[in-house]
Amino acid sequence: MTTTGPAPLRQGTAIDRAPAVRVRGLVKRYGGRAVVDDVDLDVRRGEVFALLGPNGAGKTTTVEILAGLRRRDAGEVTVLGEDPATGDRRWRDRVGVVGQTTGAGDALTVLETVDHYARYHGQPQGSGELLAAVGLEGAARTRVDALSGGQRRRLEVALGVQGRPELLFLDEPTTGLDPAARRQFWTLVEGLRETGTTVLLTTHYLDEAAQLADRVGVIAAGRLVEVAPPDALGTALRREATVRWTEDGAPRSVVTPEPSAVLRDLLAATPTGEIPDLSVTRPNLEDVYLRLVGGTSEGGPR
Amino acid sequence: MTTATTRPADPGTRPAPPGAVTIGRARIGLELRLFARDSGQVVFSFAYPVVMLLIFASVFGDQEVSPGVGFDRYFLAGIAATGIMLTSFQAVGIAIAEERDRGDLGRLQVLGTPPAAYAIGKAGQVLLTTVVQLAVLLTVAALVYDIPLPTDAGRWLTFAWITLLGALAGTVLGIAVSAFVGSARSAGTGIPAIAVVLQFVSGVFFVYSELPEVMRQVAALFPLKWMTQGMRSVFLPDGAAAAEPAGSWEHPMTAAVLAAWVIIGVVVVARTFRWRRSGG
Repeated sequence: MTTTGPAPLRQGTAIDRAPAVRVRGLVKRYGGRAVVDDVDLDVRRGEVFALLGPNGAGKTTTVEILAGLRRRDAGEVTVLGEDPATGDRRWRDRVGVVGQTTGAGDALTVLETVDHYARYHGQPQGSGELLAAVGLEGAARTRVDALSGGQRRRLEVALGVQGRPELLFLDEPTTGLDPAARRQFWTLVEGLRETGTTVLLTTHYLDEAAQLADRVGVIAAGRLVEVAPPDALGTALRREATVRWTEDGAPRSVVTPEPSAVLRDLLAATPTGEIPDLSVTRPNLEDVYLRLVGGTSEGGPR
Repeated sequence: MTTATTRPADPGTRPAPPGAVTIGRARIGLELRLFARDSGQVVFSFAYPVVMLLIFASVFGDQEVSPGVGFDRYFLAGIAATGIMLTSFQAVGIAIAEERDRGDLGRLQVLGTPPAAYAIGKAGQVLLTTVVQLAVLLTVAALVYDIPLPTDAGRWLTFAWITLLGALAGTVLGIAVSAFVGSARSAGTGIPAIAVVLQFVSGVFFVYSELPEVMRQVAALFPLKWMTQGMRSVFLPDGAAAAEPAGSWEHPMTAAVLAAWVIIGVVVVARTFRWRRSGG
């Protein structure tokens, strides 16, 4: 494992702003079991960061602590310059949270819902503009309990960004959405990135993290096992190639960081003719992810 | 879905979020709207006291508690007090458990809603629905059952402060009890059970002075007995005070007990109220 903590921040750049989120040694225990276990994390201003991991890895707990909804047992946490555990209402108004429920009263219409929650913010976005931004302008007069799953999620996002947050938490935003609604949701998040909103999203979908995130933190069993841009995840693992062929009717394979050397030997041993079923493969992103996640269940390296 | 146009507000110029009273006012409007759209709630809140009156009047219609005071007139006091308890304590306790289960309260927590704003919304909704409920009850009592209603301002003033204090105590105790009942399902069975027991011991279903001494002492610890007694002082003739166990209406004591319960409720709420069920 090459990288275990956060990727180093670029030092000495012209705009050396403090990260939106800074976490050191975060621990949360339930009944003696650490569900978040010594996590270090930095989320830079303006980036989309994905916490990727299987169910029960500690993603939601981490986000809830960062959003000031749960208390931590140990560690330092700074979000937009303040400790979420003591963040006041001004701080909360700068943070948006999209959870897994609307919690807006099913008997209200979409427009009534956003009009009502506009009253909680210092500088809310106009309701019409907001509904247009999430593609709900056609459903403004629909009651919340009559919305489809995808529409509901859009309403949740609308409520999350209504107060013009600097930092938005999206907790498993596309779980349960059909593929089309998922794509539309991705477009929405990409739009947020363009506005300069910092986004921290959790997901257990690798393709989602790869599509949306500038950087991905892979979390498993409460530990952050790697932080990297999506195409650099598991660089060490991806350097390993598997050379396969058939010899005397039996399949053979060699896992090696130097497949050319293996091939040279193979070719030298077979000066004429074909080597049956010869192939060289490198692990794809999914293989890397599964190995990263699987490696920690036995208490892998930290 | 178009590209989001939401730009983060500049932290330097971002105005402070509105205060508890502003949000509380918005919440009263929201709570009333949600109440009005819940037809089951509306029917139960407004029709239940009338149905109770109808039952008491048909069962005991021609009997008198004391000379000149019919059973229906005596029990009107208990029904009014019960109505207040149902629209405040019972309705609020059950509603909060449901809102918590559904994640509505989680959203309020995320928004940094001041708990006081939430309480203002509940109290405002309770007071307004209680006023409508009592207006319906008294109208039916006067027009259908010919129960004489007070004509002097003093009795209506008593009616007003008992209603106000009773509804406030019920609201804060409803919020308080919601922290202990757990799921909406257990709230839906547990809270009405508390309410029914209180009704039996507080002189709502029986003539209070005829209840066993022990029951009366238990009832005297809780608000419903005092609300019922206060309502009797509104609807019964002056002479009926002599039939009370204390020999008087005990207005100062009534005010003190109800105010004490409001304060106890506020203290308990301040210490135990949680937006979510599971702590952490």
